[in-house]
Amino acid sequence: MPAPRLTEVTTVACLFFIFLVPFAAAGLALMNVGLGRSRSAGHMMMASLCALAVAGLAYFVCGFSWQGFIGSPGHVLTLSGKSWNWIAEEPLFFRKLSFDGSATSLTALFQIFCVGLAALIPLGSGADRWRLRASCLSTGLLAAWTYPLFAHWVWGGGWLAQLGVNYGIGRGFLDAGGASSIQVLGGLTALAVTWILGPRRGKYSADGMAPAIPGHNAVLVLFGCVLALIGWIGLNSAGAILFTGAEASGAAMIGINTMLAASASALTAAFITKVRFGKPDASLTANGWVGGLVASSASCAFVSPAEAVLIGSIAGAVITFSIEWLELRMEVDDPGGSVSVHAVGGIWGLLALGVFGQFQRPVLNVATDSLPGAMNGIVSGQWLAQLIGVATLLGFVLPLTYCVNRLLNRFYPFRVSVEGERQGMDLHELGAGAYPEFVTHTDEFLPR
Amino acid sequence: MKVLGFLMLLAGWFLVLAAIVLFAAPPFRAAFVLTGIAVEALGLILAFRSHLNPREDEE
Repeated sequence: MPAPRLTEVTTVACLFFIFLVPFAAAGLALMNVGLGRSRSAGHMMMASLCALAVAGLAYFVCGFSWQGFIGSPGHVLTLSGKSWNWIAEEPLFFRKLSFDGSATSLTALFQIFCVGLAALIPLGSGADRWRLRASCLSTGLLAAWTYPLFAHWVWGGGWLAQLGVNYGIGRGFLDAGGASSIQVLGGLTALAVTWILGPRRGKYSADGMAPAIPGHNAVLVLFGCVLALIGWIGLNSAGAILFTGAEASGAAMIGINTMLAASASALTAAFITKVRFGKPDASLTANGWVGGLVASSASCAFVSPAEAVLIGSIAGAVITFSIEWLELRMEVDDPGGSVSVHAVGGIWGLLALGVFGQFQRPVLNVATDSLPGAMNGIVSGQWLAQLIGVATLLGFVLPLTYCVNRLLNRFYPFRVSVEGERQGMDLHELGAGAYPEFVTHTDEFLPR
Repeated sequence: MKVLGFLMLLAGWFLVLAAIVLFAAPPFRAAFVLTGIAVEALGLILAFRSHLNPREDEE
């Protein structure tokens, strides 16, 4: 089955966009650092770097062989006469991959950055208490198994992408920029990690109060937002070219939609916090900005700019309330807001594609010889395909990532000792603080 | 309750898969998928509730 071919112009443009993606990782890493405590800042940045490294290596060893690419050979299960492509069967260590500028080699390059991005998301939730080696092991599992499996279903011509061809459900599950395989998968892993780790000490008191533990550096957080925008423009544009067959000329609209969704989301979050608390909240506005980027990812190539503004506005509102609801009602101590921003924002973005998506060109999300129905059709039911993808994330990916991390936690405990948490992750795990002139705060360890 | 929550998440997903395979008519398929998602929602609520933290004075 042939993979989609790219023109020379599209190949060069795609390469350029792919090389922007690490900016998104830099942005997320800075945000995670800024939203955590000062005594764990160095540790968080170190963990981010290690996560990128482990994810890249694990993906190289076996991740790509499970994920494959559109048109790659896969293990197929036949149900009621229809083939369900469950997992790819590429060789390990990128063997047989020719680095000739083909769509396949660009996919491998793009994915090695994307898997690192997905690995950074749970770090924000485990801030101030997740041990470095445990986070590296968890990242290895994510990059070697969870991410490739789901990404194959969406981006490798797997059964979710085949829903259109096999069952006439829309054009199959669509996700141009990784709202599902990167963002929601990372966000659900963050939720699993938060559940396993438990809250930071002093977060929830006996009288039911949940005092805010503010991030230590708003400048890092807000600068991270700007870097993330650059990365997301690359992420959405390259993803749309590689996994939906968009032309390089479509990147202008994708960039505009990405920017508009982030802007609308951030301003909505700022407005809501201003109305509710009297002043706009920097960290929630930053979360709104990234939430808008996340929400734009799935649909960036298929909606108009006005619809992108609407998607972003709703994302900003949903994420702001979700962060508060999870923290106060569900007692999910998520310092980086990763669960709300990436999981909730991503799910909204995926559903929004089903509601607002317009398809004026062929969508090449499966191998080209199996496309006629999806390309020309007047097929309806895209919302149902998106719903099935979301159901798969919640019903399969969340239990899977929870069980895998729970098992890992049994053999190698995730959580740092009480003494380590008091001392700060920097001193306890790295032996030196990020800001040596600062004193360590101990107020939350005083007897109540 | 924790295990039950995750089992319900899985059960909801299997309902969704069954809907794709068993029903060809879009309305029935959609209804069955929505039922699966409702089961998943219940499982998610159970999973969240089972992870509510014990108060520190109860530890």
